[in-house]
Amino acid sequence: MEVRVKPRPGLLDPQGKAIHHALESLGYPGVAEVRVGKVMDLEVDAASESEARERVDEMCRKLLANPVTEDFEVTVAGSGEIPEGDAAGSREGAGGGEG
Amino acid sequence: MRVAVLTFPGSNCDYDCYQALKTLGGFEPEFRWHRDRELGDVDAVMIPGGFSYGDYLRPGAIARFSPILEAVADFARAGGPVVGICNGFQVLCEAGLLPGALLRNESLRFRSFPVHIRVETTRTPFTSTYAKGQVLQIPIAHGDGNYHATPETLAELEGEDRIVFRYCTPKGALSPEANPNGSAHHIAGILNETRNVLGMMPHPERAVEKILGSTDGTGLFTSLRSHLQGAAA
Repeated sequence: MEVRVKPRPGLLDPQGKAIHHALESLGYPGVAEVRVGKVMDLEVDAASESEARERVDEMCRKLLANPVTEDFEVTVAGSGEIPEGDAAGSREGAGGGEG
Repeated sequence: MRVAVLTFPGSNCDYDCYQALKTLGGFEPEFRWHRDRELGDVDAVMIPGGFSYGDYLRPGAIARFSPILEAVADFARAGGPVVGICNGFQVLCEAGLLPGALLRNESLRFRSFPVHIRVETTRTPFTSTYAKGQVLQIPIAHGDGNYHATPETLAELEGEDRIVFRYCTPKGALSPEANPNGSAHHIAGILNETRNVLGMMPHPERAVEKILGSTDGTGLFTSLRSHLQGAAA
């Protein structure tokens, strides 16, 4: 599972601001704003995707994100066990990537 | 008066707090390790500054789930006085014992120097021996002290007289230049609803002896002592 934690919209993000200034001084105009967050990869053992998602959501609310200042987003990054029906498709996808 | 001073891996002001309590007299400080589950029979708790758990994830985020914090939360809910200084303030916010959060300093710099703060209220167990409006010189040393809260929370803090200290000029005026970290409403310290939990970024324990450059932090300890003596009488 991939967890993305970002500062709340509208909240001052001094890191993002500093990086924005650095980009401008490097000669990259046209960047309206930079926001800096975190990405965390969690390897979760769970019976189903929805169960894993539920648990990671709870982890985010409890620990991984601060509800006062941050928003989070949970996406399924991939499964260790490929369900039978999908196996061929996944291999095809990987092959395509190499080509 | 027995005072528990918490120690987490990465705490670095625990001995300063211990020493201040010892030097000023009337206190029996005792360390409590983060893995302890019991505070024991203590009259107050201090959560010292430092970088608990290396500030990983967010300052205070991991310490907040250490076993001793459960005991501290119970102690606070029962009305016991708790002071969180610097990292201790961050831990109290993460634990939900104080509202809001402490963000990265607006300047992005770690700020370590003496600042001036104004005593905004003396209706607390921690500031009763100061005068309202008194300006204190106390050092800060933090990278994440930028107090943030929703407009509703800030209005509540203002309306309920729960802002204890604000950053100010040596003469007591509020100005952006005198605000070392960008804190909302110049906030340097706040109380919980029941006024027994204080969180502050400046370090009063580092301003209790002449040799340290200021003795303005002493009042916090003498206030706490007279509060506890009053409670015991």
